[in-house]
Amino acid sequence: MSGVKGKESESDMAKKSTETLVGVFVLLGIIALAFLALKAANLASFSAAKTYTVRARFDNIGGLKKNAPVRSAGVSVGQVTSITLDKNTYQGLVIMKINENVQFPVDSSAKILTAGLLGDQYIGIEPGSDDKNLANGDLIKQTQSAVVLENLIGQLIFNKAADAGSSSTPAPGASLAPAPAASAAASGSKK
Amino acid sequence: MIGFVNTLGQATLRAFTALGHATYFSVDLMRYTPASFRRFGLVIAQIYAIGYRSLTIILASGFAVGCVLALQMYYALVPFGAAESLGLVVNLSLVRELGPVVTALLFAGRAGTALTAEIGLMKAGEQLSAMELMAVDPRSRVLAPRFLAGIVSMPILAILYSAIGILGAWLIAVELIGVDPANFWSIMQSKVDITRDVGNGIVKSAVFGVICTGIALYQGYETQATPEGVAYATTRTVVFSSLAVLAMDFILTAMMFSTS
Repeated sequence: MSGVKGKESESDMAKKSTETLVGVFVLLGIIALAFLALKAANLASFSAAKTYTVRARFDNIGGLKKNAPVRSAGVSVGQVTSITLDKNTYQGLVIMKINENVQFPVDSSAKILTAGLLGDQYIGIEPGSDDKNLANGDLIKQTQSAVVLENLIGQLIFNKAADAGSSSTPAPGASLAPAPAASAAASGSKK
Repeated sequence: MIGFVNTLGQATLRAFTALGHATYFSVDLMRYTPASFRRFGLVIAQIYAIGYRSLTIILASGFAVGCVLALQMYYALVPFGAAESLGLVVNLSLVRELGPVVTALLFAGRAGTALTAEIGLMKAGEQLSAMELMAVDPRSRVLAPRFLAGIVSMPILAILYSAIGILGAWLIAVELIGVDPANFWSIMQSKVDITRDVGNGIVKSAVFGVICTGIALYQGYETQATPEGVAYATTRTVVFSSLAVLAMDFILTAMMFSTS
């Protein structure tokens, strides 16, 4: 009788240890998931830290993307939450959230900058000098658009054409100027 | 000519019969699986056999793959001055592709074969018939707990594989080569998305868990009740599971990561 009982408790023990080992297995999985989420992915950036939203309109947002960082003096202070086209002004409307412990004066300016020569674009905020700070939902009025390489090249050609034009004949878009420069000058003068 | 047409007809009929069998089998498996929540002790015992006992091979493989990836990627990235992106490259390859896929292939070899052989031998020893005689449905008593255990175990194993792989890469990159540790982690954190990358990887591995366990159980359940039959079934388990996982991985990758 006691032998049967002993055997029963033995199998119970085995069951217990199996359950414990499965518990260890699942626990290891949870730890690994936490490691992946917090240390190796961006879950930590969804932190519960309070934020406030700020809007800004840009003539050209370039290659700015959602979730791009918002930096001030190079330090990350927030994130871009949405980018849409403002239907009234035909400008890019960028909505960003900024950590609540970082406050900027109302006359701060926002620029779209590039990290490195070919890196991702981000928003840089330069603080102004006003006493009042930006509140939730405020608009940053002074903005500077992204630098678009094609426009820079166009400008360069236009300047060269203007130089060439002023040295030969005063009239811009003169027939003496080389063909691409002339067309650039013409399109420039239309603006 | 008649002989050829006859063979063709036979082959077609066999193929469709097998397809029908497999379909009925999967439907049954799905139907009986919820019931195994009520017999969770059986599922736990199977998670121990399928999941816990696969830990050694999964962890060893993940660690080795992480180390090797880090070493190789370092030589590819250094000429571009992008050695700090090493962690990102290793992380994305592991979390999105290698973690789920290699875990599934190892799982098919380590746990799938064991399932097929076990159930095949149960069938050969007429244990399954004996259960049916006792009015116990072997599909709900034997197959369903194993199926559920496989689906639960696979994502856990894949997560562990990725995590230990990243640790291996960290060991090689930061401790051995001397990549800046702060950049190693921060580039990873800024570019790896929790839902798009980690989440989709987990979904993938759950799908692979269904595929691998389902194929292993089907091969075991439908095996010819002879030693050769069990041997063939075991081989087929590995071959079919691996091919199905690779094909499914392509489809899932195209669906998950094409738009981003």
